[in-house]
Amino acid sequence: MEKATGAISAAELANSQHSRETVGDFTAVDPRMTCREVDVWYGSKQAIKGVSLDIGKNEVVSMIGPSGCGKSTFLRCLNRMNDTIDGCRVTGSIQLDGQEIYDKGLDPVPLRARVGMVFQKPNPFPKSIYENVAYGPRIHGLTNNKAELDALVEDSLKKAGLWNEVKDRLDQPGTGLSGGQQQRLCIARTIAVSPEVILMDEPCSALDPIATAIVEELIDELRQNYSIAIVTHSMQQAARVSQRTAYFHLGDLIEVGETNHIFTNPQHKLTEDYITGRFG
Amino acid sequence: MNNLDASTPGAPPRHAIDIVNASLKRRYARESRFRLVGLIAVILGLAFVVLLFADIVSKGYTAFQQTYIRLPIALTLEGIDPAGTPDAQALANADYMAPIKAALRQTFPEVTERRELRLLNSMVSVGAADLLREQVMDNPSLIGTTQEIWVLADDDIDMLVKGTIDRDIAQGDRRVKDDMLGWVDRLEKQGRIEKRFNTIFFTHGTSREPELAGIAGALMGSFYTLLLTLALSFPIGVGAALYLEEFAPKNRWTDLIEVNINNLAAVPSIVFGLLGLAVFIGFFGIPRSTPLVAALVMTLMTLPTIIIASRVSLKSVPPSIREAALGVGASPLQTQFHHVLPLALPGMLTGAIIGMARALGESAPLLMIGMIAFIVDVPGGFTDPATVLPVQIYLWADSPERGFVERTSAAIMVLLAFLFLMNLAAVLLRRKFERRW
Repeated sequence: MEKATGAISAAELANSQHSRETVGDFTAVDPRMTCREVDVWYGSKQAIKGVSLDIGKNEVVSMIGPSGCGKSTFLRCLNRMNDTIDGCRVTGSIQLDGQEIYDKGLDPVPLRARVGMVFQKPNPFPKSIYENVAYGPRIHGLTNNKAELDALVEDSLKKAGLWNEVKDRLDQPGTGLSGGQQQRLCIARTIAVSPEVILMDEPCSALDPIATAIVEELIDELRQNYSIAIVTHSMQQAARVSQRTAYFHLGDLIEVGETNHIFTNPQHKLTEDYITGRFG
Repeated sequence: MNNLDASTPGAPPRHAIDIVNASLKRRYARESRFRLVGLIAVILGLAFVVLLFADIVSKGYTAFQQTYIRLPIALTLEGIDPAGTPDAQALANADYMAPIKAALRQTFPEVTERRELRLLNSMVSVGAADLLREQVMDNPSLIGTTQEIWVLADDDIDMLVKGTIDRDIAQGDRRVKDDMLGWVDRLEKQGRIEKRFNTIFFTHGTSREPELAGIAGALMGSFYTLLLTLALSFPIGVGAALYLEEFAPKNRWTDLIEVNINNLAAVPSIVFGLLGLAVFIGFFGIPRSTPLVAALVMTLMTLPTIIIASRVSLKSVPPSIREAALGVGASPLQTQFHHVLPLALPGMLTGAIIGMARALGESAPLLMIGMIAFIVDVPGGFTDPATVLPVQIYLWADSPERGFVERTSAAIMVLLAFLFLMNLAAVLLRRKFERRW
């Protein structure tokens, strides 16, 4: 299967309306993760069809598309979170720093420490704020003593922009925070284990606009140190936070490119229909 | 829809809200009828519980008291120990019935005839001598003195004092003869008869004599059995539930296992008793009538309950917690033990306690493995012959003596009290550890 790269003519565009070839350049200049021809099956149903996409270093890639298009499924492949789902099968190549993550010999446990995940619904552990952040470093043995752990917890909470709000009540339950704070606590928990990539599955869908703005700002700051892949339903959010955008439709990666290109000059009819609000 | 009767000429137009209003009354009536039926059901259920408890308590409360007769007993050295050597061995072997009988004769000097004397002696329990022995052994300085000692009365006298025996029926149909009635009345006038708290009931094993029968043996038997049952069934049950719910692949085999666990939960308990008899006693040769074999049978019986309750409480832990733990790189086992298990534990404990309460009240399977044996000694371990509370109740309910009727009810009260405590503990545990997320 040949991939179309670069811009294509209007005539070609008209012909390719119903094709499932990816439009645009799916490669990144300096890739952290490279996915090639990824197929995902839930039992006999194919959820992802031959998707190829790179996630570059220090960039935010957003994945948009209508519900059920497979963007969350694709995201969950990147840290093998789909392993927990019965009957889920992944083929193709997904590499992290040149290493095949679906290799038989590869242990998903350290992989998930390298590729962290923030979920749609804030899901802090029903433990103290401190314990929430300290849990990951503790099980991986990242710190040698209490002082180091304290410092790491403080650092993670600062990076997540939560430190000033919770520094006086670290021993209180994480579940007692507001929704936006909980989500930032989950981000702090994720970055506490120093991942290389952070996957975010609609991290703001359960938050109010103010909390969303804070988290978006945070995502932009996190880009300095991490590669971020974010699934979102909000096109404005994708436009605000990401450098590259990938548009998924019914399991296909339809179009991928620079975010401002996608939103100002979509090449594919489906992409255009979606971002102009004709469906989705 | 707002003009349904348009087809009927002349009829006023009807709006949807009119129809709604017209049906309201009927709907409310149905609701209040439903509430009434529910209330009646609750009242009926409560009434039967109250009836049951009232019956048991009214029959059983007298068992917590026991009649004693105060007698001036001369504990002469010769009377107890003719050899005159007051060492422990001699004290233990001495005849303590003799001074009691002497004291009775002294209290009723007019009784001389042999037949009457035998009747007089039968007023005190056959166990009175043993109780006196314990008193003297505890305090050897009593020897050589005359003490006013409360002596345990026979169960017939006990029943008479408690008013259970009807004085108006003919002497031939009555267990207490007329002579004894006179003696009891005289003793009562002299203040020599008293009902005291029945410590024997709580400190002794069972006996053929109602006044000497206690539930200590059965209580200890139940305690050892339940302790071992909990120690075996809780870890096994939780482990099985954890494996089936979180680790096992979902396929035909696990479906089959699930169906069979549910089947086992519904198997009549007597079947587990037969299984225990054949396997644990017949094949493995574990001694019968012991808390050990009883606990093994009870474990088999309660395991399905615990597994089912544990699986339900594992299912109720939100998957987001598992994802969160896996997402930071916890291994599946760490995810389970650090996050899922602590959240599921209250539900599991509740299930275990309910299973234990069922095991405490179970008697049928234990009849098959020899727990029905007549065992007087209080068991001191897992391999001592023992019986358990419900079986003791069954045995006492089968005894003809009037004294056992009240003891049966009293034992039921003790059993109910423990069941109540266990169920209360289950409720409190659930309330205490219930967490929101």
